[in-house]
Amino acid sequence: MTHVSIYVLDQGRAYDFYTNKLGFKVITDVPMPGGDRWLTVSPPEQPELELILSPVTRTIFSKESVKALTELIKDGAFGVGLFTSNDIFATYEELNAKGVVFTKVPKKEFYGTEAIFKDDSGNWFSLAQLN
Amino acid sequence: MINEPYPKIYLYRRLVQAKLFIDNNYADNIDLDNIADEAWFSKFHFIRKFKSTYRYTPHQYLTYVRLEKAMELLKAGLPVSSVCYSVGFESLSSFSRLFKRAAGITPSEYIARHQKIKAHMAESPLTFIPGCFASRNGWLKN
Repeated sequence: MTHVSIYVLDQGRAYDFYTNKLGFKVITDVPMPGGDRWLTVSPPEQPELELILSPVTRTIFSKESVKALTELIKDGAFGVGLFTSNDIFATYEELNAKGVVFTKVPKKEFYGTEAIFKDDSGNWFSLAQLN
Repeated sequence: MINEPYPKIYLYRRLVQAKLFIDNNYADNIDLDNIADEAWFSKFHFIRKFKSTYRYTPHQYLTYVRLEKAMELLKAGLPVSSVCYSVGFESLSSFSRLFKRAAGITPSEYIARHQKIKAHMAESPLTFIPGCFASRNGWLKN
């Protein structure tokens, strides 16, 4: 898999979150018709995996779908995936210092130590250091 | 915030402080000796822990950050000498040598390569987008 799509409520804010807070690299940022951007970012150590920061807009969705999807994202309905860290406490301290919101602080589980954080839209991610 | 102190909380906070200090002040002539001194640990122990956490010693990490920023500025079209000094290198020759070691090409070659990509992107942006997404988003209609 080379691309994963994440629905974001504001591409400008998402750009700031994923690059300045998470430290991801911008791979493509191209303006498209209708005012949206084709905006993709990658974790620095995985340049072959592009996260598409997709806008929730009327160019793609109906008015009802935009409303429904926006509420679902804000409510944290979407758990996008898992990031692993070789040192979860160092990663946690850094993201916390940069203002990333954690809904679960690092906690030891049987499979490793895990935390959960969310992006600026409400999508959440698991962050783990596996055993 | 974690309420109960997890193991080595203070060391982690000092490590992160040092890393963020480098992230935010890379362009200045910073003294990395001070970072270890402020951490209350022996310099050797601090550097060793920094390296095991971030895969670079503080000095190597500073060089890495400077080179990453240099790549961004070169992509934006700024001239090599201007980029060299604005990211904190003090000599053009050492910047070029370190850049080539990291990127495999010289700064000038890097600029040329990215200007080509940029021109291509401006000319036909849709070549950078998987067709299914472009179609679904209605970008192929024009």
